[in-house]
Amino acid sequence: MMVELKNVTKIYGTRKAVDNISFSVDKGEIVGFLGPNGAGKTTTMKMITGYMPPTSGTIKIAGYDIVEQPIEAKKHIGYLPETPPLYLDMTVEAYLHFVGGIKGVPAKRRREDVERIMNEVGLLEVRKRLIKNLSRGYRQRVGLAQAIIGDPEVLVLDEPTVGLDPKQIKEIRDIIKKLGGKHTIILSTHILPEVSMVCDRVIIINKGKIVAMDKTENLSIALQNVRRYFIKAEGPYDKVVKTVENIDGVINVEAEIEEDMMVKLTVESSNDRDIRKDVFFAFAKEGLPILELRPLGYSLEEVFLELTTEEESYDEDVRNIKEGA
Amino acid sequence: MKMLEILKKELKSYFFSPAAYVLMGFYLLISGYFFATFVLTTHYAELSPVLGSMVTVFMFVAPILTMRLISEDMKMGTDQLLLTSPVTVFDIVIGKFLSAVFVYFITLVITFIYPLYLKIYSSPDMGPIISGYIGLFLSGIAFISIGLFASSLTENQMVAGVIGFALILVFWVISWLGDVFTGKAKAIFKSLSFFDRLNNFQNGIVNLNDIVFFLSVVIFFIFATIRVIDRKRWS
Repeated sequence: MMVELKNVTKIYGTRKAVDNISFSVDKGEIVGFLGPNGAGKTTTMKMITGYMPPTSGTIKIAGYDIVEQPIEAKKHIGYLPETPPLYLDMTVEAYLHFVGGIKGVPAKRRREDVERIMNEVGLLEVRKRLIKNLSRGYRQRVGLAQAIIGDPEVLVLDEPTVGLDPKQIKEIRDIIKKLGGKHTIILSTHILPEVSMVCDRVIIINKGKIVAMDKTENLSIALQNVRRYFIKAEGPYDKVVKTVENIDGVINVEAEIEEDMMVKLTVESSNDRDIRKDVFFAFAKEGLPILELRPLGYSLEEVFLELTTEEESYDEDVRNIKEGA
Repeated sequence: MKMLEILKKELKSYFFSPAAYVLMGFYLLISGYFFATFVLTTHYAELSPVLGSMVTVFMFVAPILTMRLISEDMKMGTDQLLLTSPVTVFDIVIGKFLSAVFVYFITLVITFIYPLYLKIYSSPDMGPIISGYIGLFLSGIAFISIGLFASSLTENQMVAGVIGFALILVFWVISWLGDVFTGKAKAIFKSLSFFDRLNNFQNGIVNLNDIVFFLSVVIFFIFATIRVIDRKRWS
């Protein structure tokens, strides 16, 4: 177990930014930390890296408590905050040497370490440039390089691709994937595709609480156990709903009246059957015209929205995911 | 030693930018002017009045020299690098403190030309000159520690500079309060005054008492700085 959080809570004034979070990350895993802005991702990462202590609860890095044995614990962490912590008036090379120094890389090894990392991250061509003259993409790479120096087992990356253009995003993701095998990585993001592209496991957090935690592929499969359809039909509300409910295989119906005699339905059925034909015949038999009928996909994007919107169905969805796991 | 890494880095940012040169140049220009005019008008082979003026000049220079030391890290987010690295806050603060002390020390060494001139062309009493320099150095590092403390209070450099200057000024004029009060209060305010203690040094008197006082000020403000940084993280 490289990273272990137990009942971690952080309170700012009266606001609970992080509320009783517990999870652990194994060696070599890439874990995505997913949540909307203000969910508590950054706060959690700041606590993991020892920038600020939790109000209560314990955090262990490679077995060392981050509050009790900060120096030992911090030796195992590389951290890339939301904005990379760069000294703008230093050259890339001088900056990385300095970071190597404070991370405790022995002076003899420092030169070749910095050399190797600049190569790995793709900074060799700008090594003599002042950081303030670098583009965003390069600055982000310097930030990443800074986190890797000293070969820490755990990398904590806070929104590593935010504010970059698509080409730079791809480059940074590739670098992160390459680092995956060697390092344990905790990566936060509010971009869903990033998680499925890079991470082995996802932790979804909202309002300071963990709402779901599973392997990346399971999360979407869990919700794909049901099929969902959107139906728009004309007719009296009760009759329409009753008709749908009587169809074989329908598990759940949500209906709302759009305007007079117009009903919008979201219908869930079990995964093994396509109810569209049944819907057609049932509605035809009752003389209810269908104006629209289409299957609803369940991309991770929707999983995410589902999990983090504040609706009644919220708890149920979480349960679905946990059961599906 | 991690503290040395911080020190080296801070020295680089002083000397690889115009900051140190402009401040040192300003300080040397003014003190050179004091020295030249003093010697030319009085023809005395002594340095005490000049050293006294140099303390005053450093009262202005110290807050500017130290204002960015910690505030800049907070503003640029580089404190996140320092505080999540295996380095203690103590090492960070001491490293930064020593970098400013080093710049000040180098500047003082350059001013050794003044007594050297006196020595070449006359025969000055070296006692008060040496003790004067000791006082100059001790008061200077006290100013630096105060400036460093001010820098930890805010991420705005200008504000840090102003607070630093105000605090130094308080220590400078606090003995005036001694004249207002009598008895114990008078003694306390008088003993906190930089001014009176510096007079001793300039008159050739080196009291252990005075040395301990300045070092205590330094230690007090360094620990206050560490506390402020820690407080910020715990709040």
